[in-house]
Amino acid sequence: METILDEAESPSIVERRRSPRPGFWSRNETWILGTISVSAFLLFWQYSVSAGLVNPLFTSSPIRIVRTAIDMFSQGEIYNDIKVSGIEFLWGYALSILVGVPMGILMGWYRRINAIFEPFVSALYASPRIALVPLMVIWFGIGLGSKIAIIFLGAVFPILINMVTGVRTVDRDFIKVARAFGASDRQLFATVVFPSTVPMLLAGLRLGLGHALIGIVVGEMYAATAGIGYMISVAGSTFRTSQVMVGVIMIAGLGVGLTEALRAIERRFERWRPDNRR
Amino acid sequence: MDQPPVKLEAIDVHLDYYNERMKRRLVVLDKINMTVSKGEVVCIVGPSGCGKSSFLNAVGGLLPITDGQLRLNGRQIRGPGPDRAIVFQHDSLFPWRSVLHNVMYGLSLQGKHSKHEIQERSRYFVNLVGLDGFEDHYPSELSGGMRQRVNIARALAVDPEVLLLDEPFAALDSQTREFMQLELLKILARAQKTAVFITHQIDEAVFIANKVAVFSARPAKIKEVVAIDYSGERTLDFKHSTEFLHLQQKIWRLIDVVTIGTEAEMI
Repeated sequence: METILDEAESPSIVERRRSPRPGFWSRNETWILGTISVSAFLLFWQYSVSAGLVNPLFTSSPIRIVRTAIDMFSQGEIYNDIKVSGIEFLWGYALSILVGVPMGILMGWYRRINAIFEPFVSALYASPRIALVPLMVIWFGIGLGSKIAIIFLGAVFPILINMVTGVRTVDRDFIKVARAFGASDRQLFATVVFPSTVPMLLAGLRLGLGHALIGIVVGEMYAATAGIGYMISVAGSTFRTSQVMVGVIMIAGLGVGLTEALRAIERRFERWRPDNRR
Repeated sequence: MDQPPVKLEAIDVHLDYYNERMKRRLVVLDKINMTVSKGEVVCIVGPSGCGKSSFLNAVGGLLPITDGQLRLNGRQIRGPGPDRAIVFQHDSLFPWRSVLHNVMYGLSLQGKHSKHEIQERSRYFVNLVGLDGFEDHYPSELSGGMRQRVNIARALAVDPEVLLLDEPFAALDSQTREFMQLELLKILARAQKTAVFITHQIDEAVFIANKVAVFSARPAKIKEVVAIDYSGERTLDFKHSTEFLHLQQKIWRLIDVVTIGTEAEMI
């Protein structure tokens, strides 16, 4: 897949390193083992409930969860929860990108701007932002506003801080080259600084994503009238374990799906990343 | 025969700066006078840290000089410009750009040419440095020697009047370096460029240059400009000629006795 150069050879020779095609087992080992372990876990879970070893009130079971999910989706109430959580997430995450990326660039590039905002960023980043949930509810009510604020507070700092680091670690030699070619400030930014920060930006987006998902659940559990977190909370306090599980699986699935999507974008940029080939 | 026109001129160039730690002004360049004619390759040698690179950066317009004049075609140099291009020791290719797009960089900044035109010209220079077929490779897929060729192509693509090279082959192994010296001579001849080349290696300077300017230890003054009047073709035969050895020895003796120990290790 990748072209690797043998440095010791004469400079005009490129070799594609060919290794013998690996066998079926070594090519598929990872996912086969994963599938086996997950299946074994689900079977064991179902067996312990079916055999009466544990009370399904506490643990539910894979079959009950699937049935409950089918019920919930056919009754249709869940769609509103998904919609509400989805809107909160999209707004909160989009806002944190819209604020985090430009602020990070400014703080990374201009020493003075960094000096002004750095104390606030450090304090907020270090403190558990869950502590601010009551405040957000007082300020923005129990509707969408407080949830968006909580998701924003969770996701914006990882994005911002990664962006600052990305801008700070731009190779000075690249800047020198751009200047030597007569690049204007704007060109320097577009052709050197921004591309250099892409890997850090993507890592920041991935970190921020995790925080945003936490924000959804925590915000809705504290005070809400709809949403997946709210549904989990209500189901939990009325001992509907299967519904709790359905909610958790949905959030987890969303997290895994979005993280994979970001990974896929990262892989697109990986071809040129030198640290990947060592 | 007519004397070729003067391209680059340094008149009493002086450079100093305030050193925070030493609490005094340090003189880097002291009354440097030099002329480079069209088509000439001038090498600058001198002890480590003597200010060779500062001089080159000043010519490149990256470092303002304190006093004196630097002129290109009779016009004073103020800041970087498309008439000069620098090849740094570290190839500093943009890792997110393919070979072709790295070479296109300087021209695309200027915004004077159509994309098609820029691509065609860049392709020409990729071929010129012998990397045809590698246009779509990324720098991380190339060897050190190949990366440095791309670096040279990137500088040549903006069609500079003067090419400035700051120890471009210092990071290469000795075999690749010798090979690149030969290649550079070919490339410069084909592209008909004027060049200022900084190096640590006296043999490299003698091999490549029409003139070798020997800088003293800091503050840098020009001790002497040694003309390399070798009429034949510069091949490995030249490197093994007695003439070559004589010139090498002459330059050796010009470099400060104090620094000769450290320089000897470099050779």
